[in-house]
Amino acid sequence: MDVIKEFKVIGKRLPSHDAVEKATGQTKYADDFALPGMIYGKILRAKYPHARIKRIDTSKAEKLDGVYCVLTHKDVPNNAIISRFGQTRAVGGFEGVYRVLAEGKVRYYGEPVALVAAETEEIAEKAIDLIEVEYEELEGVFDPREAMDPKAPKIEDGKSNVVARFKIRKGDVAKGFAEADVIVENEYMSQFIDHAYLEPEAGVAWVEDDGSITIRVSTQVIEHYREIAHVLGIPESRVRVITPKIGGGFGGKEDITVEYYLALLAWKTGRPVKIVQTREESLSFRSKRHPYKFKYKTGVKKDGTIVAVEAELISDAGAYMTLSPWVLLYSTVNAIGPYNVPNVKVDSYTVLTNHPPSGAYRTFGAGQACVAYEQQMDEVAKKLGMDPVEFRKKNYLKKGDTMANGWKIPNTVALHETTDLVLKYLGKKPKPSGPKKLVGMGIASGMCSYGRMIFLHDTSRSKVRLELDGSVTIECGVQDVGAGQEASLCQIVSEVLGVPLKKIRIISGDTAATPIAGTTTATRQLYMSGNATYLAAMKVRDNILTKASEIFGVDKSELIIEDEKIKTKDGKSISLRDIAVACAADGVELFCEAQFNAPFGEVPDPETGQGRVFPDFTYGTTGAIVEIDTETGEVEVKKIASAFDVGTAINPMRVEGQIEGGAAMGIGWALTEDVKFEKGIAKAQSFAEYIIATAVDVPEIKSIIVENHDGLGPFGARGVGEVVLAPVPPAVINAVADALGKRIKELPITGERILLALREKS
Amino acid sequence: MKKYPLEFKVNGKKYSVEVKPNVTLLRLLRSLGFTEVKAGCEKGDCGTCAVLLDGEPVNSCLTLALQAQGKEITTVRGLGTMEKLHPIQEAFVKYGAIQCGFCTPGMIISAKALLDKNPNPTREEIREAISGNLCRCTGYQKIVDAIEAAAKMMREAK
Repeated sequence: MDVIKEFKVIGKRLPSHDAVEKATGQTKYADDFALPGMIYGKILRAKYPHARIKRIDTSKAEKLDGVYCVLTHKDVPNNAIISRFGQTRAVGGFEGVYRVLAEGKVRYYGEPVALVAAETEEIAEKAIDLIEVEYEELEGVFDPREAMDPKAPKIEDGKSNVVARFKIRKGDVAKGFAEADVIVENEYMSQFIDHAYLEPEAGVAWVEDDGSITIRVSTQVIEHYREIAHVLGIPESRVRVITPKIGGGFGGKEDITVEYYLALLAWKTGRPVKIVQTREESLSFRSKRHPYKFKYKTGVKKDGTIVAVEAELISDAGAYMTLSPWVLLYSTVNAIGPYNVPNVKVDSYTVLTNHPPSGAYRTFGAGQACVAYEQQMDEVAKKLGMDPVEFRKKNYLKKGDTMANGWKIPNTVALHETTDLVLKYLGKKPKPSGPKKLVGMGIASGMCSYGRMIFLHDTSRSKVRLELDGSVTIECGVQDVGAGQEASLCQIVSEVLGVPLKKIRIISGDTAATPIAGTTTATRQLYMSGNATYLAAMKVRDNILTKASEIFGVDKSELIIEDEKIKTKDGKSISLRDIAVACAADGVELFCEAQFNAPFGEVPDPETGQGRVFPDFTYGTTGAIVEIDTETGEVEVKKIASAFDVGTAINPMRVEGQIEGGAAMGIGWALTEDVKFEKGIAKAQSFAEYIIATAVDVPEIKSIIVENHDGLGPFGARGVGEVVLAPVPPAVINAVADALGKRIKELPITGERILLALREKS
Repeated sequence: MKKYPLEFKVNGKKYSVEVKPNVTLLRLLRSLGFTEVKAGCEKGDCGTCAVLLDGEPVNSCLTLALQAQGKEITTVRGLGTMEKLHPIQEAFVKYGAIQCGFCTPGMIISAKALLDKNPNPTREEIREAISGNLCRCTGYQKIVDAIEAAAKMMREAK
């Protein structure tokens, strides 16, 4: 569909349209908004990870001056709800089951039990303290492997804790292992990680004049308005969700955060209500990255050819199922990584425990798999006595190969290129800077899909309007988490219509005012809404070119659009303003809407896992050099580089921003970040205990963009937002293992664990 | 709780208010409409609430409002406007140092405090100066680039 061959705007390092407002502090995030008469909501949270609720007495709280209402599960019209996470199509087994407020029992420490709305936050907090809850503590289960035992305490009474399992069966692993010269078996794990976006969960809800509800909330999924309507027992048409600019999401604002509570409190009181969660609430009680336990068995020939991989993946779903089956399917499909393996057997399980519900988190399960398979690749190379890069190169997937799920790859896999570029930047492993130092170098390759699983039948819609003065308005329901979701659409329209960015305005993220564009998750907005917006802009373009061809008496193909003009080859031109006026006078549409549909498919076969699951993947490589202080156990990342084939970089500056941000996040995952649950209670409750990388903890980050222009997004783009994280943790972990001459298989690799490993070694 | 009178300036404009002694400067500023001062943790760990207090960078969540008595506060909105950006703001825009933007106001304030004292910092000094400001989006690379470029612009303008 691309008729535009030479880019004037695509590929340029143009500042985002909203950077100036953000630099000057104008942007009104969820908490920066207030309404007259607004009151404040607070949440009473469970004091035990697993307990029956014997009695809740709200009478004292209700009597407190300034309290407007106190709500428990009895006040929620539909308390047990099923979330479809904004998907277009119902698919059995993939819906998340929630309870808005705990009912009968609490399943995790911090689970919401009651809500209060009061005149001030202080009064609301006092009222929370006055609510009496009598609990009968139950035995909890905090390890997913233990929770799989039929005798383990049940999170959902009378039901198995295993809430989803997947299989992949490709070829014959027994035959594969029989052919193998070397077999390597290992176990790995990945820990609980918090999204640590800097903006805590927040929003304001109010009742409109017509009695409908509006919620202005920091969310990646405005389409939760459907679930909110269901909870309130009112038609979907009577709930509106608006998202302002989001102060970071990373998947943590994909699940419902405070929407239900806001809606219920506004509904019951008739007042505008604000809820802002504290950092402690965010860190301790909100969804986390699923921890995994992995078992890997890999069979290889002497020459380094992988002949078989068998893997077992167990993830901790936490106390409610939510997105866990989906995340698990990502891990399952990604379990062997970007390698060509003829015989594959994967068994994966996600298991309820008494932890807070695990949820979506950048890479959505593909990253955890990468942590495991890329460590295993190094271990196999070591056993073979082969260079880990050479071993990977021997097995990288390429165009035309078949993935473990049977999908034949139709486009470029540029892993040889990305790996070579990373290695070139890293150079030779340097000498240690002192006598008590160890230096290590590691690489890892990874992949992650962009676009949602194809059995969800994903769609996006967008509108583009050429105004009568030649400026442009885009209306598209994207949620902008800060990665440039809006800005990329502006840049696409600027290219198609020849309008400078400063004359383009985008209206986004409002279920009542913008076309539904789907979730800002799954690295799907550039792909889905980028294509929808491109198609809408192309309709406008075609309409104005048709009009111009009438005016100039030349064929449309003879016309070009640039610099706010339509030009003929012989030097005649008409401004966009004049052509817009001419079109309007003749009733030619200047306001065009388009829908983009992803490829549609079905759920893969449950017994074999065979079937296309994703529209496409993005691939890339990270390399890291670390230095370890053997006296303190401290790891310094000295050098890091990541290269990804992004298809086409709509804006290289923003692509680099994603790669760099992914690198810093991945360093934290490998080395410092851990929510550390002990018996269901988070030990990290502030950024003093939950350590994310600061500017002095990361080195200069080298981001390398490869462009093979054969992605499914506009102008051949591939998605980048998630994949940029996947290979970073294993690259750092492999570098540490190289330095130590020993692998620490528990994450994060803290100084303490390093000192312990050094002691064991000596 | 008894309220106490407080007089101070924000971005050059004088304010006379009455506040309880337990109110933080962050909460007071936000209640006065300075929503560019962000509440990321309210424990002094993230730096999103940084402002200049008589030219010195402070976490306003750890500063009591009454400590601002007679002082001059500068927030990011006091540095430049959308029409006329401060060079640091301009560099943040130009170099792609802003993603979600939630850390940006505090980050720019820390950069301003650094460049006021050290107009020609090394990249290491820049990193040190913003090490109290967390950013989850950018990996800090383009923020350091932007501050380095702003320093150059500001030196050349003198």
